[in-house]
Amino acid sequence: MQNPLDSLWGTVISGFVLTLVLFVIITKLIGV
Amino acid sequence: MEFLPGLERWFHLMAGVMWIGLLYYFNFVQVAAMKAAAADNTAAGISKHVAPRALLFFRWAAVVTWLTGAALLGSHFVPAFTFKPGYALIGMGAWLGTIMLINVWTLIWRNQKKILGIVAATDAEKVTARRVAFLASRTNTMLSIPMLFFMASGAHSGQFGF
Repeated sequence: MQNPLDSLWGTVISGFVLTLVLFVIITKLIGV
Repeated sequence: MEFLPGLERWFHLMAGVMWIGLLYYFNFVQVAAMKAAAADNTAAGISKHVAPRALLFFRWAAVVTWLTGAALLGSHFVPAFTFKPGYALIGMGAWLGTIMLINVWTLIWRNQKKILGIVAATDAEKVTARRVAFLASRTNTMLSIPMLFFMASGAHSGQFGF
């Protein structure tokens, strides 16, 4: 499987996905 | 002294723009430009005259951004980094920025010194250094997206609807 960071758009999309994952962790597990 | 947080925020934003601006320059412009330049033997101009200057402002802007951010947090520093109630958003932004600063100095700059010939390295070491520096830079570009989201939402609670 190709590393998404090798592609610029893979990097940007990974950043948005990571934002969503961290946001869910913060709002559901830690609390804002 | 009530003007101090305003000054810290101003310098934090200016340094942050320089840091992340240069990070985006490296990732959105220079990587592709170096490939094209290598094809017509003009890459030396970028690696000799542009990259060292860009890296100088890049790595020190990262330090100033972190220091002014820490100063801006002040007594909120520990509650933010330990995700105390009410601090989770800015705490996540602060942690992401801290990881990015560590990446800059331990992975990107250390390996760029080998790539640019500032420290001695064999050809094999340069190949490894190029790959590590590239992935660290791409990692920081990826991390900058949630970092900016959490910094903005932490400083302007309510504007994202929570």
